[in-house]
Parts: sequence; C-alpha cells; structure tokens
Amino acid sequence: MRPEDVYVVGGGMTAFGRHDGTGLDLAEQAVRGALDDAGVSWADVDFAVGGSNVSGKPDSLVSRLGLTGIAFSTVKNGCATGGVAMATAVSALQAGRADLVAVVGFDKHERGAFAADAAAYGLGSWYATTGMMVTTQYFAMKTRRYQHEHGISDRTLARISARAFRNGEAHPLAWRRAPLTEEEVLAAAPVNEPLTQYMFCQPSQGAVALVLARGDRAGDLCDTPVRLAAVTQRTRRFGSFEVFSPWLSHDPWNSPSVDAAAAAFAEAGLSPADVQVAQLQDTDSGSEMIHLAETGLCKHGEQEQLLAEGATDVDGALPVNTDGGCLANGEPVGASGLRQVHEVVRQLQGRAPGRQVPGGPRVGFTHVYGAPGLSACAVLTV
Amino acid sequence: MSDVTPVDAGLFASLDPPRLLGSRCGECATVVFPTAQSCPRCSRAAMAPHALADRGTVWSWTVQGFCPKPPYVPPVDGFVPFPVGYVDLGEVIVEGHLLVDRALLEIGTPVRLALEPVRTADGDEVVTYAFTLDEEAA
Repeated sequence: MRPEDVYVVGGGMTAFGRHDGTGLDLAEQAVRGALDDAGVSWADVDFAVGGSNVSGKPDSLVSRLGLTGIAFSTVKNGCATGGVAMATAVSALQAGRADLVAVVGFDKHERGAFAADAAAYGLGSWYATTGMMVTTQYFAMKTRRYQHEHGISDRTLARISARAFRNGEAHPLAWRRAPLTEEEVLAAAPVNEPLTQYMFCQPSQGAVALVLARGDRAGDLCDTPVRLAAVTQRTRRFGSFEVFSPWLSHDPWNSPSVDAAAAAFAEAGLSPADVQVAQLQDTDSGSEMIHLAETGLCKHGEQEQLLAEGATDVDGALPVNTDGGCLANGEPVGASGLRQVHEVVRQLQGRAPGRQVPGGPRVGFTHVYGAPGLSACAVLTV
Repeated sequence: MSDVTPVDAGLFASLDPPRLLGSRCGECATVVFPTAQSCPRCSRAAMAPHALADRGTVWSWTVQGFCPKPPYVPPVDGFVPFPVGYVDLGEVIVEGHLLVDRALLEIGTPVRLALEPVRTADGDEVVTYAFTLDEEAA
C-alpha cells in the first residue's frame, strides 16, 4: 500500500426513493453512516467536498456535523456531480492538503421530468419555449441513431431494463424493487420513442457519502480499503452529441465518456478487459448501451450479443449496474455518481448489500455522464 | 408572412421563404446554429452570418410523449405528442419539430423547412421553425 495512493475507507448511503426529510437531512445521515463505517468522527475530517443539484448548499452541513473550521468545497456538475466531487477530494489528498476527506452527494427531486433553464446553458428561451429543452428527447434520439448505425434492437434496450430491475429487487437500498419482464418493458407507454416508461430512470431522492484517506492511513481505518486507482473527468470536445444541442456536427460520436474512460484506464495501468464489475450511467437503457462501448467495455454493436447472453448479469462475464443503477434507484443527481462508487466498493469488499458478484472481483469501474457534456470515471481495485 | 412574429428573430435569415440563420467560421468553415460569436471548433472569433439550407434528411427522431414543463405552452386544445428530430442540412445537423406523420418518419426521410405557430408563456402567438415532408424529394 503506497502512501500516496488514495483509498475509500468508509461509505454510507440512504435508501434511494422518496423520503420525508430534506435533502440536507439525507446528506447528514449518509455522512454519519460513512464516518461510522470508517470508525472516525467528523472532527477527524480535515477537508470535505459536497454536491447537490437542487437541494441545498452542501457546505451548510457543517452546522449539523460540527463547526470544526475545515475547508468545504461544493461542486455542481449535473449528473456528473458525484464523480467531480470525488475527483476534487482525490486531488486534495494527492496534493497533501488533506489527510481524511469526506465526500457527500445528495438530492431530493420533485416528481416528473427534470426542468432546465435555457439561459443557464447559454441557450435562447426559444429552445425551451418550443419544447425541446427536454433531456429525454436527447436520450431517445441518441439511442435511435446509435441503434441505426450499430444494428441494436429494441429488445436489447428492454433486456437492460429487465436486468436493472432484477438487480434492484435484491438490493435493500434500491427504489424500484419489482422485477419486470422484457415484454412489460417493451409494452410500456412510450415516453420518447424508442424508449418506453421503463427504459427511463426517474428523478428521486437520496444521499451517499464516502470517506477517503491516503495509503499511509487507509489500512488502519478499514479492513478492506478500496484503492481509487484512477479518477478522471473530461468535458466534451468538438464533434460530440450532447444533451440540449440545437445543432450537431456530422458523425458526432466524440464523447467525453470515451475520453474520461480512456484516461482512467491509462492512469490505473489497466484495460477495460480487466474490469470485473462496472457501474455505468443509465439514465435510460439506451445510455447504458452506448456507454458500454464508449467506455471501452465492449465494441460498438457488441451490446446486442452481450445482453442476449446475459453477460452483464451479476454472474456474467461483465456484471453491470449490480445495484440496479439509475433505472432501479432513480436519480438524485448529486448522489448518483457516489452511489456507483459505493456499490463498487462493497462489491470489491465482498459485502454487497444486494447481489454479490461471485468469485471475488478485484477491479471495478464507475462512469457518470452529465449535462452539458461531461463525464467522470473511476477505476477501483483491491 | 410579413405579419408573423418569430419566437426569436435571431433564428431566421428570412421568414418568407423561411430560412434559418447560422454562423460560419471564416477560419475553419464550421457551421453552427443558431448564430455564435466564436467558433466551438477552433475558438477563433471569425464567425459570419450564414443562411442554412432549407432541405435535408432526418438524421434521428423521437416523439415527445409527455407535455414538457414550462416555459413550453401546450396548444389551446391540450397537449398532443409531437415528433422532434435532428435534420441533416448538409453543412450542419439542426434540431427541430417534425411536422411529419409518424408512419412516414424514419432516418433518411426527406424534409424541408417550414414555419409552425406556437404560443409563448406570455400568451403571444408566434412562429418557430419546423420541418415538413419534402414531397418533391420523397
């Protein structure tokens, strides 16, 4: 265990779904859970990072957790908030500016699709007035084009959803716990064709926290510390296909997920073939399908066969979204990326709350994607 | 057509006939929509107004199945799911409403630019751009 490496030494999370308390209530609960898991107190934490899209100022948590005077950075990067929060924490640890860092992400969304402010994205009000500032439209159109170019059937999209709900059924903290058949997924109301109601996640509520430490302390704080072998984030380059885009260039597949994933594997000195459990951004089943290839975990078009063979099941060759992902957990935007990390940490520690990947996985991967086109990835190892 | 009010005057090079206004980079020839002051590809501020082609083909599409949140205003008679898509205009791919029967929609369907009445949150009757089936090319 090299002293300069960064490890997850504690994790805590609320159930995902709908809750009575405020977003800050959920965040406090998650932080206290993570501190307990690491066997430390808030007074031991010397730097914190928090993210929430709509549910309060993360740094106001100090009034609940203890006014210890520490630096507390807040981040706000759409669906990629959790990944960026973790990257910020890792930078502080690697720079030697902190020894024990708490990372927290939370959100408590209202029912219904996300609303977005056109001006906040640098777009004219016409774009929202004409009903095009809708995230689900983007996911549907990117999915349809991808299916067209790579020969992916709607059945594969349904298989992704059915697997997500199977995994959610077994996970005590998941929101959607009722399994659905592929036929039920395909026959559900079309939200944005080709994606049906059960191919989309819904805004939900929840919080996740992690405690991070360097290698010189991690072994004292945790029986099985999980190394963050790489944490990367990238924004989009020219020629990508992003949410809230009135126009595209031709062949727009230059995704920030490709760049962030490639950088993460390079930094970790590992390859996608080494991954034994992966959590991928699945705001919808089309996104998971595309992200499987964009992150390098399979070739473009190969998803059709992988899903048909059950390769992404918990007992398959490449288990994906083992806790049910966004599809079964919904998406509290600020918490979602850290949920992925929490799940991979538990899988690598051999104490997954839901379905445990068999065989003692040693390499995990997480990926988030957020508006207006950024991605954060992590490679975790034990 | 002179009495119609566009949802955003900056979107149009002309309303009759309808033509969209983008920007073209004088350095790297990248075309964007709507207009922009600088080029997202090469970063340089050499953008000039550029009228876009008024015919193209559907590049991808969906049907908006639920009523978007405000400031979108549904029609007076209530929300009806509407097709929306990306249209390949040659120099650039533009997103817009598709005034095309669902049964005729597929990737590659030829379309041409048209105007569509919409309402704003203030209750104003305005027009936006949309794409309709290009009968000549179909």
